[in-house]
Amino acid sequence: MPNSRKNYGKWARKLYRAVIVICVLCIIAGIVLLYRFGDEKGEYGLKDLDGIEKKGDRRTIVSDSLNGFVDAPGMQETTVHCTTCHSARLVTQNRMTREGWLATIRWMQETQNLWDLGDQEPIILDYLSTYYAPEEKGRRGPLKSIEWYSLSE
Amino acid sequence: MTGVVASDLVFGAHIPEGYIPLALQDPDPFALFDKDKQMVILNERPWNMEAQAHLLDDAVTPNKYMFIRNNGLVPEDVNPTTWSLQIDGESVSRPKKYSLQDLKSRFAQHTYQLTLECGGNGRSEFNPPAKGNQWTVGAVSCAEWTGVRLRDVLEDVGIRDNAVYVGYHAADLHLSRDPEKEPISRGVPIDKALQPETLLAFAMNGKEIPLVHGYPLRLVAGGWPASASGKWINRLQIRDKVHDGAKMGGSSYRVPCNPVAPGTKVPDADMCIIESMPVKSLITYPKSGAMLPLGNPLAIRGHAWAGELAVKQVEYSLDFGASWNGCTLEKPANRLAWQRFSARIPFSKKGYYEIWCRATDSQGKSQPMLLPGWNPKGYLNNACHRIAVKLV
Repeated sequence: MPNSRKNYGKWARKLYRAVIVICVLCIIAGIVLLYRFGDEKGEYGLKDLDGIEKKGDRRTIVSDSLNGFVDAPGMQETTVHCTTCHSARLVTQNRMTREGWLATIRWMQETQNLWDLGDQEPIILDYLSTYYAPEEKGRRGPLKSIEWYSLSE
Repeated sequence: MTGVVASDLVFGAHIPEGYIPLALQDPDPFALFDKDKQMVILNERPWNMEAQAHLLDDAVTPNKYMFIRNNGLVPEDVNPTTWSLQIDGESVSRPKKYSLQDLKSRFAQHTYQLTLECGGNGRSEFNPPAKGNQWTVGAVSCAEWTGVRLRDVLEDVGIRDNAVYVGYHAADLHLSRDPEKEPISRGVPIDKALQPETLLAFAMNGKEIPLVHGYPLRLVAGGWPASASGKWINRLQIRDKVHDGAKMGGSSYRVPCNPVAPGTKVPDADMCIIESMPVKSLITYPKSGAMLPLGNPLAIRGHAWAGELAVKQVEYSLDFGASWNGCTLEKPANRLAWQRFSARIPFSKKGYYEIWCRATDSQGKSQPMLLPGWNPKGYLNNACHRIAVKLV
């Protein structure tokens, strides 16, 4: 059966495409619903980012369960354009200024096959530079997140 | 698993034991790559995963604790019987092609323990933040690699005197799935290529290299940023200039030639390729956060490495660098392997302590206690490792 693997690959790609389309539709539907019925004033200051999952805020549930992006205006556009090639984590683990995010987009357009973002570019830049902005860390911070345990030799 | 699917796949008979076609892969990356659950995922596409310091306690890093760094997608069709390595380029008169069997049977095989550290290990600490996967301390390993010497193969091919660089090309796929694009195509200068420890490896820790670490053939150049050690390689270009493949230019694996202030925008022309990694160490026992009763001394241990160089001294400090005490330091298994250190630390008072560790290389350079020079992509953070302990 020399063609079965090829066929399987084609079938798998079709399936993946279908899954992606369904996911995008779900995100859009979810956002529309939340904008209609959700709390309109969900404000996230920079300092809230770490605790955002613990808030149990309805607005975070859709995005966090899907891809980890902070659920706020611009998330949908960012998801659509930024997670076709790589995972959301490559974005969410980074912190950059607006200029830095723009430079990254330009680098991806010049070397990594990213397309023109058109009029969605400023929306995406607003979103990234608001929720994934750098914080002053200093030259070296104190040790954090220490999990204490009893050591018996 | 292999038995079940092999009959349905082209070349099914050639599928090595343990290799699972990507289309059928378990979505659980720990099972998929045979990694310990304590490994930390930084990215799912492409896959990037790092160890925690205490997982790296083995003298020879087992696969389950070895970090994964990918720039692209893991190749989907790997057939060892048809795999070949083409060697060509400006500095080769007659290009030559070798099958895996040719390499294994025609050249002497060598085994070395080789330290591979991601150039961006420690990136997460830089300020202003540097772009990329936010590695903490666990993007380093020292596994045992078996293969043939690149220099033996290059001698067989016959390279010209004007050879400058060896650039690799590999079977991984670009994230955009554009077959014309390579995710990464780096390599090493000819001097590094001709070192006895630079291998074309087909085995890791006595077994076939795990798929995600480069099966069936990997260039291994210990002591240099691990990206120089190309995975899934199928072509080597012997260049008469510095290789110009993907991730050789711009800010990729390069740092400012002259030091810059944090946050500086550095023109490409002022960036230099990273070669040997700097001196560094890791406390692998105990795990940070240990609480122990005052009384007996605490035995600590870890590894130290220094790129191309050897480590000549490792010290620890309990007082934030005000005073340092020597550790016992072992010799490396071979050049470019990390070195084990250990110490017994007496405590005289209860309380919170940080144990800081500092290695010094054979040329007298030590690890800094604060972050070293900022660079746009956050490479080469070799600031001393710190763990917290409480005497109760």
